Amino acid sequence: MDLLAFFDIAVLDGTVRLATPLLLACLAGLFSERAGIFDIGLEGKMLISAFLAAAVSFTSGSVWIGMFAGIFASVLLSLLHGLASITFRGNQLISGVAINFFASGITVVAAQSWFGQGGRTPSLSGDARFESIQFPGALTRIRDINKADLPMKVYSELLSGHTIIVYMCILIVPLVWWILYRTRFGLRLRAVGENPGAVDTAGISVVRMRYMAVIICGVLCGMAGAYLSTGLQAGFVREMTAGRGYIALAALIFAKWKPWSALGATLLFGYLQALAIRPDILERAIGIRVQTQVLDALPYILTVIVLAGFVGKAIPPKAGGEPYVKER
Amino acid sequence: MTEQSPAIELKGISKAFGPVQANKDISIRVMPGTIHGIIGENGAGKSTLMSILYGFYKADSGEIFINGKKTEIPDSQAAISAGIGMVFQHFKLVENFTVLENVILGVEDGFLLKPSLNKARKELRQLAEEYELNVDPDAVIENIGVGMQQRVEILKALYRRADILILDEPTGVLTPSEADQLFRILGRLREEGKTIILITHKLREIMDITDTVSVMRRGEMTATVKTAETNPSHLAELMVGRKVLLQVDKAPAQPGEIILDVKNLNVTDEQGVHRVKDVSFNIRAGEILGIAGVAGNGQSELLEVLGGYCVATGDIFMNGEPIDLTGDKSDGQSRRERGIAHVPEDRHREGLILNFSAWENTAFGYHKDGKYQKNGVLMDNAAIVQDTAEKMERFDVRPPNPMLAAKNFSGGNQQKIVVAREIERNPDLLLIGQPTRGVDIGAIEFIHKQIIALRDQGKAILLVSVELDEIMSLSDRIAVMFDGKIMGERLPDETNTQELGLLMAGVQGETA
Repeated sequence: MDLLAFFDIAVLDGTVRLATPLLLACLAGLFSERAGIFDIGLEGKMLISAFLAAAVSFTSGSVWIGMFAGIFASVLLSLLHGLASITFRGNQLISGVAINFFASGITVVAAQSWFGQGGRTPSLSGDARFESIQFPGALTRIRDINKADLPMKVYSELLSGHTIIVYMCILIVPLVWWILYRTRFGLRLRAVGENPGAVDTAGISVVRMRYMAVIICGVLCGMAGAYLSTGLQAGFVREMTAGRGYIALAALIFAKWKPWSALGATLLFGYLQALAIRPDILERAIGIRVQTQVLDALPYILTVIVLAGFVGKAIPPKAGGEPYVKER
Repeated sequence: MTEQSPAIELKGISKAFGPVQANKDISIRVMPGTIHGIIGENGAGKSTLMSILYGFYKADSGEIFINGKKTEIPDSQAAISAGIGMVFQHFKLVENFTVLENVILGVEDGFLLKPSLNKARKELRQLAEEYELNVDPDAVIENIGVGMQQRVEILKALYRRADILILDEPTGVLTPSEADQLFRILGRLREEGKTIILITHKLREIMDITDTVSVMRRGEMTATVKTAETNPSHLAELMVGRKVLLQVDKAPAQPGEIILDVKNLNVTDEQGVHRVKDVSFNIRAGEILGIAGVAGNGQSELLEVLGGYCVATGDIFMNGEPIDLTGDKSDGQSRRERGIAHVPEDRHREGLILNFSAWENTAFGYHKDGKYQKNGVLMDNAAIVQDTAEKMERFDVRPPNPMLAAKNFSGGNQQKIVVAREIERNPDLLLIGQPTRGVDIGAIEFIHKQIIALRDQGKAILLVSVELDEIMSLSDRIAVMFDGKIMGERLPDETNTQELGLLMAGVQGETA
């Protein structure tokens, strides 16, 4: 047994990479749900953005153009969700599920008809992908890193060598917190998810607030999806989100709809995903060989435990999931 | 003579929802610096009229003048700019926000919250001094009482520079002393030149505080009079359209033997809060025991235990025989078999299934009854419908259609359906909670008569109500509950609302 192995630098490094899309999707859900719109369609929006970002990056040769295309597609789906659940007061769960089905199908069909590679996009390289940013003096070769001392290991592997999106993510949590708790927009957003009647009688448009929230949700989901196909991996493959949208939702509940807690929750889920890739490290840590299938399932098992309400009581925004109808 | 222009003048306001004419050609003038009451039964169109004034609905026709100037009010924002503030019956507050955050919501001064919060804090202190509206600005709404929450609503309006304040049924949730305090505040506001519109169905409030009063009935304004020149029974007649008995007519009780005996009853809820504390009492045949108290002091739990859907410890005897508080024989069905009928406090949550028809609702709880059964297995729907139709006839439920879904009846008629179902079973004990909440005057009179008639047949009745007037006029004995305990028992002839009000607030007064 070597419990220190749990803190293996490579696993922690993987945690940061894998937590990034979860965090972005989780914060996307936070904006939407704080405004009272439940969004089970995070998964679908990430998926469509992952596909379009990869496809447009490949065609245009610019990952930035690709990411904007991905965000655009994600926002479009958000607006569709808004139209169904805000304007037409439909059921938010059904609308979200429909979006997931739609994204799951259209991405594969479109990828096949554009690239003919069995529902995937060609591999991305060069400017069509987010490259790792190396800090000055950081070691890049695995062999060198393994030989280096601890501070250098941390610096070279954990801190250095991530894509720009990961570094942007470090700023995004305090930014979201500040918007939510220190600005007029945040006050109104939180109010509209708790008691839309109070917002309406205060002379603010409930519909407008909620649309703004779902658009922000679309942008963040789009970033998460684009990162998956152009940062974490080099190209789109079918169903590449692999339930990350649902894990992000579970993290959101785990985090009780708070931005800093969302960071903690997504890091935990990211860590589990990173551990699943390295069964050897887990074996070193606990001395037992664990089936990789069990490891792969771990984040989902934890999600089930979280959703079953075992981790404290999570009180959702009071008006969540309810279309707003003026009362008589 | 120079004539001051009215603060509010409505001319010919009409509004229809589909085939229902909620407001018909309504005109009204309210002078500045006065309190104007609008009284009428539920569904008379009071709230619709005020919603038009606050920009929630657009009138089909008619004009609004504010301070003599014709004003369009397409939305709440316009109403606020015209100087109108509204305190809704169900408060429009964000429960997990602080008082300050609620006050500034929608009128923040800029993108950042801090300056607005600081400004509001200062202004709230001023308003508190001016109008005796003391509220802790940093308290979170869900942690403060309803009286305090209502003051926040008033502060919200004043912070928005409202000169005209509309209050919709403001005293429904208040204790008598809180209501008195509210009226003192309204008096101060009037002195400062504010105009107040008070919507209520309580005649006493109209008589106590208003300068002028308008009566609405079925969407029409039937009269506007000076309060000083009218009296409650005249107003009631204008409201209902016929003479109404305001005082309940009843002979002295003829108590028989003890029907219900409750000893040392304790209830602890799922959160571990001790809701009912060592409560003991009894009710005799032919007697009404009224339980007074502000909502949430254990009365609901008491009813639920007796009705068979809440766990408790202690002893309860029905006709001298113990009844089970736990196990198979402690459910509502078993209680009914023991002769206990129950009209629950909340007819929407517990009394009825709103989407089900009247006949289905009438069968609930009694669906195993022999006369509702066919061949021992099937329900005899035709018999239930027939029985429901007869009950509706006797209880004057309108429309008398057993097939209509419960949600399509007015509040008073819904309540009559529930009361008919329970009373017509000829129970030994009737539990009845908030019998006339949200029920119009005509139906109140009817339901009260039914309760008295049941008592006169020698039945025991446990009445729980937050309406002190109702408790005073119906009960033969009054017990007051506060914080889960019975604070004391009084006889209605030997007590008054002040003494009961103090007991309801937990003050153990000297015996009057």
